[in-house]
Amino acid sequence: MSTKPKLYYFDGRGKMESIRWLLAAAGVEFEEEFLETRDQYEKLLQGGSLLFQQVPMVEIDGMRMVQTRAILNYIAAKYNLYGKDLKERALIDMYVGGTDDLMGFIIMFPFLSAEDKEKQRALIIQKATSRYFPVYEKVLKDHGQDFLVGNNFSWADVHLLEAILMVEEKKSDVLSGFPQLQAFKARISSIPAIKKFLEPGSQRKPVPDDKYVETVRRVLRMYYDVKAN
Amino acid sequence: MSGKPRLTYLNGRGRMESIRWLLAAAGVEFEEVYLETKEQYEKLIKDGFLLYQQVPLVEIDGMKMVQTRAIMSYIAGKYNLYGKDLKERALIDMYVEGISDLMQMILMFPFSPPDAKEKNLESIKERATNRYFPVFEKVLKQHGQDFLVGNKFSWADVQLMEAILAVEEKVPDVLSGFPQLQVFKTKMSNMPTIKKFLQPGSPRKPPPDAHYVETVLKVFKK
Repeated sequence: MSTKPKLYYFDGRGKMESIRWLLAAAGVEFEEEFLETRDQYEKLLQGGSLLFQQVPMVEIDGMRMVQTRAILNYIAAKYNLYGKDLKERALIDMYVGGTDDLMGFIIMFPFLSAEDKEKQRALIIQKATSRYFPVYEKVLKDHGQDFLVGNNFSWADVHLLEAILMVEEKKSDVLSGFPQLQAFKARISSIPAIKKFLEPGSQRKPVPDDKYVETVRRVLRMYYDVKAN
Repeated sequence: MSGKPRLTYLNGRGRMESIRWLLAAAGVEFEEVYLETKEQYEKLIKDGFLLYQQVPLVEIDGMKMVQTRAIMSYIAGKYNLYGKDLKERALIDMYVEGISDLMQMILMFPFSPPDAKEKNLESIKERATNRYFPVFEKVLKQHGQDFLVGNKFSWADVQLMEAILAVEEKVPDVLSGFPQLQVFKTKMSNMPTIKKFLQPGSPRKPPPDAHYVETVLKVFKK
C-alpha cells in the first residue's frame, strides 16, 4: 500500500472537494478511486470500509477515515494548518463553519430542478454577500494581515478561497463590494501549492454537470427529488 | 462578568443541547440567556454578538463563539475530552460526526409537516438501528473497554449517550438489539457529572414541544 492518502468518491466535487483542496494546499500528493458503478459501492460496503456506509472515505496513515469534517480536521492538524493553540483553532473552526454553511447551499445545487436552481442561485448570492463575505472582509480589514488567523496560512484561508471561487462561478462579479477579499483571493491563489492546484491537469474537479448528478444518483440509488433550502 | 460560560439560545434543546451536555459532563457550570422575542434576537445581531447572525452563541474565555462544532471542539479540547493525540482525536471526530448526522434528524423532526412525521420517525428508527448504533455496539464489543476511544472518557461518549436517550424518547425499545450499548448507557448514567445532569432541576432541557416550535418560528421567521 502506498503511503499517499487515497480518496474514495465520485469523479466530481461534492463533499470531497474541500479535502482535495486542503491536501493540495498542504503540498500532499494523493491518489483517487472514483465510484462509477453501484457494484463498486456495494463492494466497499461489504468490505467494511465505510464506517457509516457513506463516502467520502480517505485511507490515510493506516486509517479508513470517513466524515468530511473529521478528515479535514485531521489533515489540518497533521500539516500545521490548524493554528498554534486552542484559541486560534477556535477561530479557524468558526470561520470554516461559516464557509462550510455557505458551500452547503452550493453542494445541493446540481441536484435541484431548473426552477429551484434559479431560486437557489439567488439565495447563494444573497447569503454570500450579506452574511458570509462581510465577516471575512471585516476580519481582514481589522487586523490588516495576509491571512485570516494568527498571521499564518491556515485551513481557514484555503476554505475561504474555495468558497469564493465557487460563488464566483455563480456570479462572476460577486466580489465587487469586497476589496479585502479581492486582494485575499489574489494573494492566496499565488501561493505555489494553490497556484498548482488551480492549473489545468490538477486534481481539482470541474463544476458538477448532469453526468455527475446521474452518477451519484445511480451509485447511491438516490432518486428522490432534492428540495432547495 | 462571571467566569462561567454564558449560553444564548432558546429555552429548549435545538443545537445548544449537545453543548449543555458537554459542559455538564466536563463538570463546568454555565449561565443561560433565553431568546424569547424577535426583538431580543435582532438586538444581539445589531450589537455584533452573532458572527453569522445565528445562535448558538457561547461566551467563553473572552470569545463570542458561534458555530456548534467550533464551540464543542473548543470545550472538548479545553477540558481534555478530545483524546490524547491526533489519531484518537480522529476517531472521536468520526464518531461525533456520525452521531451528529443522526441527531440532525431528531433536531429537524418537530418541524416536519404533520403528514411527514410518521415517515421521519421511521427514518430515525431505521438509521439508528441499521447505520449508527451497530457501529458503536461493535466498537465497544471489540475492545471491551468502558469508553469508545482510548480507554478514557471523551466527547464521543457524551455525544453517544445524548443520542441514545434522544432516540429512546422516540423509540423506547431501540436498544433491545444492542447489549453493549445498554451497558454503556448504564455506565454513563452513573458517572457523577452525567448523573447530576440527568436529575430534575439540571440545565438539561425537555423534548421540544409545540410551544418550543412556535417560539423558534416567532424569533427567527423573517
